[in-house]
Parts: sequence; C-alpha cells; structure tokens
Amino acid sequence: MHAVAFENVTKTFRRHAGRELLRDRAAKLLKRPPRETFYALRNVSFSVPRGESIAIVGRNGAGKSTLLSLTAGLCRPDEGRVIVNGRVAALFELGSGFHQDLTGEENLKLNAALLGFSRRRAAELFDEIVEFSGIGDFINEPLRTYSSGMVMRLAFSVAINLDPEILLVDEVLAVGDAAFQEKCFDRIHRFRHMGKTMVCVSHDIPMIEKLCHRAVWLDHGEVVMQGAAAEVLGAYTGRTMAAQAGA
Amino acid sequence: MSGRAESGVPQGRSGEQSGSAGVRAASEPAWNGDVLFLMWSLITKDFKVRYRNMSLGVFWSVLNPLVLMGVLTFVFTQIFPNPTPHFPLFVMCGLVPYNFFVVAWISGTTSLVDNAALIKRIPVPREAVTLAAVLSNVLHLLIQIGLLFGLVFISGLSANRHWIWLPYIWAMEIIFVCGLSLASAALNVGIRDMRYVVESANTVLFWAVPVFYSFSMVPQRFKELYQYNPLAALILAMRTILIDSAPPRWELLAKLTFSSLVVFGLGAAVFARIKPKFYDYL
Repeated sequence: MHAVAFENVTKTFRRHAGRELLRDRAAKLLKRPPRETFYALRNVSFSVPRGESIAIVGRNGAGKSTLLSLTAGLCRPDEGRVIVNGRVAALFELGSGFHQDLTGEENLKLNAALLGFSRRRAAELFDEIVEFSGIGDFINEPLRTYSSGMVMRLAFSVAINLDPEILLVDEVLAVGDAAFQEKCFDRIHRFRHMGKTMVCVSHDIPMIEKLCHRAVWLDHGEVVMQGAAAEVLGAYTGRTMAAQAGA
Repeated sequence: MSGRAESGVPQGRSGEQSGSAGVRAASEPAWNGDVLFLMWSLITKDFKVRYRNMSLGVFWSVLNPLVLMGVLTFVFTQIFPNPTPHFPLFVMCGLVPYNFFVVAWISGTTSLVDNAALIKRIPVPREAVTLAAVLSNVLHLLIQIGLLFGLVFISGLSANRHWIWLPYIWAMEIIFVCGLSLASAALNVGIRDMRYVVESANTVLFWAVPVFYSFSMVPQRFKELYQYNPLAALILAMRTILIDSAPPRWELLAKLTFSSLVVFGLGAAVFARIKPKFYDYL
C-alpha cells in the first residue's frame, strides 16, 4: 500500500495569473492573448510505500514545493493523479496562520484549530506543546515580542504534535538553536521508527542522507532520476559540482 | 523524458477539467479537522485582533452609529423638517442593519486575499475563512442592537411580544451577507478591484434602502421590488416591530427569506466553482 503516489502528474501555472484588474479582464475579452503556461511539474510519477522516507532534491524552481503542495492537497494537478493515503501534516512555512498581536497561547490554539485538532485534543496537548517548544513564560506575551527563532519553535511544536501518518517537510529542520534542532531530529527519528511516512525537501544533502531511504531528483519540473537515496544524491551532488566547476 | 510527447495536450483544458482527470484520492479529504472549533477560533481571532490595540475598544461600535444618528437627526429635523415620529430611533433602525451589512460584506470580500498565506499553506476548508470573517462582526452587531433597545426605552416605547421575530429576521440578514461575501470573496481572488465594486455598491445602497427616509415615500411601483432587497426588508421589519409595535407582515418575511436563501445558494455555487483556482491566483 502506497502512502503517497504520483501518476503522470502535470501542474501548470499561467504566467501573470492573479492580481488582474478589471481593465485587464476587459482587454482580454476583446483580444485573446496566447496563454503562456509555465510547467511547474511535467509528467511526474513516483510512489512512496508506507513507512518509507523520500527526499526530493533539485535546484531552486525545480518544482519541489509544488510537489509538496499537491501532496498536502493545497492545489490540484492539471493532469494525472495524486494519491494520498493517510493523515498529512505539512511542516512548511511554519507559522502561516500566526498573528503578531496575539499571544503565544492564542496563536498556538488558533494554529491547532487550523491544522485540524479538535478542541479537546488541543487542550490535552497544550502543556506538551508548550513544554516541547521551550518558550516558557513567553507563552503569555504577544508574538511580536518573540525572536524569529522562538516563533519557529512554537510553530514546529504544534505541527509535530499533530501526530500525522504522513509528514511533509520543507527545509524547516534548521529551526532554532542546536539544542532545539537536536530535539526535532529526535522527534523525526522516533516518527520514522513508528513506521510512518515522510516526504522531505531540502538542500542539506548530509541531513537527507541520514533521514531518507529514497530520493527523487527534479529539474525544471521533470524527474531526472529516482531510486535509492545514496545513488540519487551521489549523482545529484556530482552534477552540481560539475556544473560549478564548468562555470 | 517520456512526458514530452503529451505535453501539448493540457494547454486548453487546464483549470476547467481538474474535476475529472486530476482529482486527489477522493476517499481522503485533505483536511478532516473540527470545523466548529476552527470557525470559533477564526471568529475570536478576528475580534481580538480588531480590538486589542484600540484604547476605547468595543466602545467604537457604539460611538460611531451614535455620531451618525446625531448628524442625520439634526439634518432631518432642523434643516429638512419631517413628520416622522421618534426620528432618532427611526434612523437607528436603518443605520444598525446598514452598518453591519457594509462592514461584514467588506471584511468577507477581502477575507481570502487577506488570508492568502493561510490558503496557500494549510488545506483548511476555504469557506470557513470567508464565513468566519463575516461572522466575526456579529458580536459587534449584538452591541449595536443593545444600543437600539436602549433607544427604544429612551423614546418612551417598551418591549413587546413581536420582538421574538428579531432573531429570525437577523438570521436571514446574516445568511444574505454570507452568500454575497462567498461570491465577492471568490471573485476578488481573480479580480482584485472587487473591493471597490463592493464599496460603490454600498454607497448606492445607503440611498437605495430606506435608512433615513420612510418606506411610505417610495413610489408605489418600486415598493414591490424594494422588499426583495433583504437589507431593505430587514429595516422595514425592524421599524414595524420596534416603533409600531406590530408583527412584520408575512409577505415581507417571505420575500426576506426567499431572497436571502437564493443569494446564499448562488454565492456558495460561485465560491465552489472558483475554489479550485484559489491556489494558483493567490
């Protein structure tokens, strides 16, 4: 049983999509310009068996974040199928629902509701989340008095406590100080040992090698290579090094 | 790569067809949390954020309509004298529904764009964001209705049994604003000047609903049409109940209910249709 599977997934974005004013719309009705489409992902297929961890690597703009957004159900593919079996928690752009004027506690509860906790569960986990974040008495202060590291710690602590079956991680493991990072890794290792699935995007190759079984290498929205983490990452780092040497 | 051969195909069908070919596994919705807790959290967040940094806080919601009531009363009793009895109360019966309508519709309209970071990162039900933005104005409304009751007693009138209609007519009004907001919020994602369309519509409405003039002055041929506007219907019902101490007429209630439910249905349909494109446009 696959936890996550992409079958020939294509996702396009229209250039200059959104932020259009009425006059642009009106102008378009009169003369239809050719639609410029941009392929964020092109015919991508891969699957992650339950209990495995997969890394997505590639340069900036390769389509990694789009892939995670599709997995999280934030958008839909234009072509192909995205299959997800299990409760997903996404650790990316942590603190998206946070508000500067609310206290840590208020933000924590709001974020818990946004991520899908029930009222009871949020109340049960409250102490544990605060404890894990190490925020201490600051929990009753407005968020604008927090350092950016503290905000990230709070956000990470809420998300990791959601107890998901599938964890999506986007470059957020560089959260907080060394001690807190240690705690995060510990938590993610435990998560893996519980037989849960992880999809991980990062530029930190040594870290990915430690965390993931398999890897997919994306370039300009297409799969260049996929397979065992060591092989793919070896080829990927070889290529980037060669590109740097060539330049 | 093997995909290249097919890559020309999706051009024309992107967007529209995402319902058939590109569905996620339907068995597993992306977000299966506690909707009531979510709504409550979003509503209280909006309310706290709005009032936390104001020294007079909630008092603004009392002060603002009182000032407008004072000005309108001065103009329409001193400059253009008119025979309407209990004029301050009469104006307030128009202002409170109108103010709620304007503020709630604007905050509903901009809700999705204001919460773009949320929409793009967390698969919360999108409807909840817009509905919570509208409903967060309800507490504010309750305070203003309290003010209106105070004014009833100051005017020498008293509570009567027809007040039991008030929750019903207000519920219809809220349903109406929710429907309008669902449509305008979704449209605002793709067409960003929707906000100004809404603001202009509100200006027109201030004159087109009987806020400071009486329904009896409206020419006969417009009267029928007038009552299909839920905002006008609400104001008329409020005056009948609070000033005339009479029950609202059933035709008026029927029109109010009909228009509100139809608008809500249409709004929800527009929202559902545009929803799959939110991610791309925000």
